[in-house]
Amino acid sequence: MLADKDRIFTNVYGFQHWGLDASRQRGDWDNTKGLMAKSQDDIIEEIKASGLRGRGGAGFPTGMKWSFMPKESKDGRPSFLVINADESEPGSCKDREIIRHDPHKLIEGALIAGYAMRARAAYIYIRGEYIREAETLQAAIDEAYQAKLIGNNASGTGYDFDVFMHRGAGAYICGEETAMIESLEGKKGQPRLKPPFPAGAGLYGCPTTVNNVESIAVVPTILRRGASWFSSFGREGNKGTKLFQISGHVNTPCVVEEAMSITFEELIEKHCGGIRGGWDNLLAVIPGGSSVPLVPGEQIRNAFMDFDGLKELGSGLGTAGVIVMDKSTDIVRAISRLSYFYKHESCGQCTPCREGTGWMWRVMERLRVGESSSAEIDMLYQVTKQVEGHTICALGDAAAWPIQGLLKHFRPELERRIAEREGSLQEAAE
Amino acid sequence: MPKVTVDGAEVEVPDGATVLQACELAGKEIPRFCYHERLSIAGNCRMCLVEVKPGPPKPQACCALPATEGQEIRTDTLMVKTAREGVMEFLLINHPLDCPICDQGGECDLQDQSLMYGRGASRYHENKRAVTSKNMGPLIKTIMTRCIHCTRCVRFSEEIAGVDEIGALYRGEDMQITTYLEQAAKHELSANVIDLCPVGALTSGPYAYEARPWELKKTLGIDVSDACGANIRIDSRGREVMRVLPRINDDVNEEWISDKARYQVDGLTRRRLDKVFLRGADGKLEASSWDAAFARIAGAAPGASIAAIAGDMVDCETMFAAKALLRACGSDLIESRQTGMSYDCSNLAAVNFNSGFAGIEEADAILIVGSHMRWEAPLVNVRIRKAVKRGAKVFVVGPHWDTTYNAEFLGTDVAVLNDLPGHVTEAFDKATRPAVIVGGAGLAAGAHGAALKLAQGFGAVADGWNGFNVLHFSAARMGALMLGFAQKGGIADIAAAIPKVVLALGADEVDFSAFEGSLKVYIGHHGDKGAHAADVILPAAAFTEKAGTYVNTEGRVQMSDKAVFAPGDAREDWTILRALADALGVTVGFDGFAELRAAMIAEVPALGREGEIADYGALPTDMDATLESREIVYPIKDFYLTNPIARASLVMQRCSDELLHGDALREAAE
Repeated sequence: MLADKDRIFTNVYGFQHWGLDASRQRGDWDNTKGLMAKSQDDIIEEIKASGLRGRGGAGFPTGMKWSFMPKESKDGRPSFLVINADESEPGSCKDREIIRHDPHKLIEGALIAGYAMRARAAYIYIRGEYIREAETLQAAIDEAYQAKLIGNNASGTGYDFDVFMHRGAGAYICGEETAMIESLEGKKGQPRLKPPFPAGAGLYGCPTTVNNVESIAVVPTILRRGASWFSSFGREGNKGTKLFQISGHVNTPCVVEEAMSITFEELIEKHCGGIRGGWDNLLAVIPGGSSVPLVPGEQIRNAFMDFDGLKELGSGLGTAGVIVMDKSTDIVRAISRLSYFYKHESCGQCTPCREGTGWMWRVMERLRVGESSSAEIDMLYQVTKQVEGHTICALGDAAAWPIQGLLKHFRPELERRIAEREGSLQEAAE
Repeated sequence: MPKVTVDGAEVEVPDGATVLQACELAGKEIPRFCYHERLSIAGNCRMCLVEVKPGPPKPQACCALPATEGQEIRTDTLMVKTAREGVMEFLLINHPLDCPICDQGGECDLQDQSLMYGRGASRYHENKRAVTSKNMGPLIKTIMTRCIHCTRCVRFSEEIAGVDEIGALYRGEDMQITTYLEQAAKHELSANVIDLCPVGALTSGPYAYEARPWELKKTLGIDVSDACGANIRIDSRGREVMRVLPRINDDVNEEWISDKARYQVDGLTRRRLDKVFLRGADGKLEASSWDAAFARIAGAAPGASIAAIAGDMVDCETMFAAKALLRACGSDLIESRQTGMSYDCSNLAAVNFNSGFAGIEEADAILIVGSHMRWEAPLVNVRIRKAVKRGAKVFVVGPHWDTTYNAEFLGTDVAVLNDLPGHVTEAFDKATRPAVIVGGAGLAAGAHGAALKLAQGFGAVADGWNGFNVLHFSAARMGALMLGFAQKGGIADIAAAIPKVVLALGADEVDFSAFEGSLKVYIGHHGDKGAHAADVILPAAAFTEKAGTYVNTEGRVQMSDKAVFAPGDAREDWTILRALADALGVTVGFDGFAELRAAMIAEVPALGREGEIADYGALPTDMDATLESREIVYPIKDFYLTNPIARASLVMQRCSDELLHGDALREAAE
């Protein structure tokens, strides 16, 4: 279990004030100038050495992402850092805790990360529904400006850096990095084609890096305590600590910071008071937010909660939004509800996702009550395969995977429902 | 020049090419819906998926993927086949099965590609989506349930037309294409989205349910509604022209035509002159016969006192036949500038669009003197928009109009040319390819010489670049000038000669009160202003009813074919003039169309070089450049009603009412 002294987010539960003074007592903004005395490449190297992988779901190494940014502007274009706080994934709620209880970690991280990638400004794109969080964040940004921590000559380093907060309008797709850039530019939130990648031409056509809130907020602490400290947690390739968000049928759902590669059982037992009704009552777990395939309870109990461990189970760590479902769950209905979510949130730009998400949801709704056939289950699987990997962004994949997980692990349940319905129809006819 | 392999065959592709272009170079057909050569790449239909190595182990949309050295592209694998089938299936699940009643049937990309790349049968058993149809004005008929959301129409209106008229509402499967607040699409090129739409969502309103594409005879023609000479295809069934579509010609109209060119053709069946008419002693026109008409003209005994005025839409052969007739009579009173303009035509280079339409895209500073480009030459305005996108600065002298690009208006008084503001001259001094465009209103205001001097001062005429342009808006104008249809003093010289007989060749804009004592013979196809003033009306053929040569405002010689026969007693114009020669007892030297054309080419050889720009030599240097203060007044008051055919067209009248005068009408109704 992660010791208290090794926690990065020491105010994740809001026991202390979020403001600048309290944050300073927790160690934020401590000698930021000193951290930024290092060269930009050194900071990137340090982050690379720490093994930090993006916390937004895809797990791309953060240091490497930063290194794609241009070292100098050849044509006068500035660079930008965009921070993705459009946390809309069902099951995820970590960025919200960071923003409302520890916003200065994020702002300091934005400054340091922005400095390391030679960005002129950071845009924090916050989910529209996060109203109080947006107020807190804006207040924290104002505090930081007033204390001259950001702005011109930020923290006395001579580096000019601005932080802007931008509120979204409630579209899940705006959490996709290029759709977020479009939305920031005032356009309809629809993902862009890649290439060009944002590091070449992103926000307003300028080099841009989009990072998750958590990836940015951990940066100052990593630099203070050293890459080796951060990489002392977790297995190879899955280093560091991580905010896990456990919801669903556990006794005490919570957001908790833990070392990567903790086993599922340990995570649940130590922090969540165990599964409701005991381990035998566990049906399935969606380990990384709604986009990843579910894992049956018996398979996940001893699994390592990290990128590679869950990949081996045919799922993924995602945002580490762990959704636990016990045997009282109508698993088909649960997945069908997720299908409805993706149908509702598809931007409509490209064909497979626009047409496929609706089709999949409608078939799922019929499967829920058994109004289907075995052949149609096969067809549904083919349809998910026709969507997966054929779209501009990953929303198509995200819509397909939960259904694939269901079909892989719970096909007998689906067939039972079909048979049951046919049986009752027969009875009624007699 | 990267080398790639497509299905095992190595091809070399130009730098910056996409994988799709590489596949096409290798002769592989790639299905597509959203991709269009003249629009930006959207990559949203996902129909063009191919397998590319190196790359992720999934099919890639090749329209947006740059071709790089050593790529291995496969278009024939199982992965590609299933991917195409999958996308096709998705496109069809919510597409209605109403092909039998769909106007796109027979020329529908979705039909063709589902036949080639789709699955045999549907697996979709849910209800299909229905979408309310949208109002896009009198020209574009919408059945939005058929829409496959390729966004070609959105990109066209944004990128080519330059107006934010069409966009998408909502998201996911609820996404709908519509105009802003369902207002009519008002741009002059708006109907091109009908051609762009790969399915039957946007179809032609006036042509709805009229014909099937396989019933139509296709004739290659030239548009005469303005002086651009857009290349068109005339689709006819029996004796009726059903519709007009653009042909691709990168030098002239790219792939577009104006709404007027496309939709004025219903005017060809209305208000037509299909009988000979003579004005009786009571001043009323009465139907008569050819013999009586010719007797009446011969009875006037004109001798050499005969004049000919050519209208805006006549072909070169007609004009040459008239010129030959007059020459045989001993007269040279020929004129084409109907409205009385008298600019100097002694050097045709000075009245030509010298940079060419494609060339104007390269200009980096453009001065427009007295031209409402959107109405006088919408296809050229599109080119200027491209130049602006590349960084050109545009200045306009004349009353304000919505340019669709950034332009600065320098006032309505033409005298501003005598003393251009400092930043304007600076922009032109810096420019490497400056251009000046003088429109009809500029010529009328007397700015011709001053504009030429200005252009020469800017260095607009240099090696390989001639930026001095005159923009006409009559299809017949350049051809007429090449044939010498210009008097020094314009039409006033003709009136001053007091001819006994005036031949009005489709001339409808002439002030005939100046020819009070003359016998006015109208040879044309519509009962419009010219026919109202005439004493003798000889029914002739419209542009779709005769073969002819036209010269556009850049001096490009183009030939049009005959699509249908003229109605009733109407005859092709040259045959009327040939018969009139017999009636007048003179010999013109041709008995057939081929002879006529040969004689014309013998006299003006440039008219025989189809598709080429005539060479008019160097610009004059001695033109009078004095310029007095005069307000610029654009000649076109109503884009949709500029010629007799358009004025007879119900569709054009409706466009004029709804698109130009809609606000006034609505106010009056309230």
